[in-house]
Amino acid sequence: MPFWFLLPAILITAGVVLVPVAQTAWLSLQDYLLYDPDNARFVGLGNFARIARDEVFWISLSQSFVWITGVVGLQFLLGLVAALLLNQSFWWRGLARSLVIIPWALPSVIIGLMWTWMYDFNLGIINDIALRLGLIAAPIAWLARPDTALYAIMLALIWQGFPFFAVTILAGLQTVPAELYEAAEIDGATARQQLFYVTLPAIADVIATALLLRTIWVANSLDVILVMTGGGPGYATHTLPLYAFLRASSSMEFGYGAALALILTAMLLAVVVLYVRRAARGIET
Amino acid sequence: MIERRSYARRVLEVELPVLLIVLFALGPYAWMILTSLKPQVELSAWPLNYWPRQATLQHYNDLIARTSFASSLGNSLIIAIGASLLGLGVSIPAAYAFSRFRFRGRQMLLTGFLVINMFPVVLLIIPLFLMMRRLGLIDSFLGVILGHSTFAIPFAIWMLTSYFNAIPKDLDEAATIDGASRLQTIRLIILPLVMPGVATAGIYIFITSWNEYLFAMMLSGQAVRTVTVALQLFIGEFTIQWGLLTAGGTLIALPVTFLFLLVQRRLVGGLTAGAVKS
Repeated sequence: MPFWFLLPAILITAGVVLVPVAQTAWLSLQDYLLYDPDNARFVGLGNFARIARDEVFWISLSQSFVWITGVVGLQFLLGLVAALLLNQSFWWRGLARSLVIIPWALPSVIIGLMWTWMYDFNLGIINDIALRLGLIAAPIAWLARPDTALYAIMLALIWQGFPFFAVTILAGLQTVPAELYEAAEIDGATARQQLFYVTLPAIADVIATALLLRTIWVANSLDVILVMTGGGPGYATHTLPLYAFLRASSSMEFGYGAALALILTAMLLAVVVLYVRRAARGIET
Repeated sequence: MIERRSYARRVLEVELPVLLIVLFALGPYAWMILTSLKPQVELSAWPLNYWPRQATLQHYNDLIARTSFASSLGNSLIIAIGASLLGLGVSIPAAYAFSRFRFRGRQMLLTGFLVINMFPVVLLIIPLFLMMRRLGLIDSFLGVILGHSTFAIPFAIWMLTSYFNAIPKDLDEAATIDGASRLQTIRLIILPLVMPGVATAGIYIFITSWNEYLFAMMLSGQAVRTVTVALQLFIGEFTIQWGLLTAGGTLIALPVTFLFLLVQRRLVGGLTAGAVKS
């Protein structure tokens, strides 16, 4: 009986996910060029050997590391602060809770677009504000300079994703029993002590799950970068998924792109396993 | 005295920081909308004027009248509705099975659907493109809808399973005792009860599909081009027309924002249920 209920979902998922993944693995062993598919050669691990010698791969990998730690870390901090504040009571709390999550609802293309407009050299509001505040002496071409481009895009992604942490942590905060705080208060704990010894331990699980999930999403995200700089200037905003995508879509080297995608997946597997272990505990409840 | 001082502290320590965070969250969005309402002369004025002096709908008018944006809006609507219907159509029975049947491999299968949510898009996009080309589904509604199903279905199953689980099994048993068949029980008792969950999952798939860019870009051409792809194509031209772009961005973002706000409470509940539970 359950078989017939599950069959449509399994069939479609197998068709659009499992078969493609197997095909990626197979493609990664070939020298497959989209414009010349008939001459695809089996090269074994040749693509992977080429990747190891590929300077752009190593640049993308190290920038991926900066990208993940910077974006996830700051999203988390900002989200935590937002959640702690939104957990206080004030008369427009409901409104604030609704408004804060809006960036999360927006498409990446729009996010890339609005931030590109804000970073504009001539007419961008960021240069305008920074000039008015005296932070910079002359306008900066944020997205065109190799030393600022990656961080500029990271800010856009931090903006998009901090609401996820805010709402997840807020949901966690609401499950912390009030008696814990009363007890802490009686013991004379300061607000800071309550935060570190009561609040944070109580929501440690929520934080861990949110961090794991977010790490995977941020590590895989490439559309905002694609819209804002396309990976440039030079290779300054290349991350691993973006590089894999560009090799496949612009250079049409499907075999090489597939190998890069597999390496990314393998690297994320550890995070996925950690996540599944946590989630599996929740399934039965 | 004490009352007043503690109220002032509250404003300073809570309400003011919250206001800053809300401004940070809404600022870029508001800036896009404000820009879309400025006439061309004001767009290129320096120093910037933040508020449009002569608000105009000219850019919206141009966008609809002079570009193919309107047909992209239609395409996105068809694709997002199609993805939602297909997603719900296969996820509802699957979620029911996960919730009501105990069978071998249940846990593994459910975990499998969870893991699929986390696959990198780049892992799938190349073979999906090749597969759709072989099936002749490039630049067709079905092709893009299937592309969007990759993540929509696993997620909807996951979300709906927790909604089904929340409905007591006693109800099924009572209906069975009254002589209802399993399908009758589902149709008459269970489905009406999970309707809020179904609506939330459907709207979530709709939003995700409407917002999606990479699959749509790889799998669609001129015939079924979605709004996100259409908008990105404007940027590629030699001069960036910020008036048109921000008007288009506003037209795309406003409806999903409203949908999102409509379901956000239940959506957030559904999304965080797994996280909070463990």
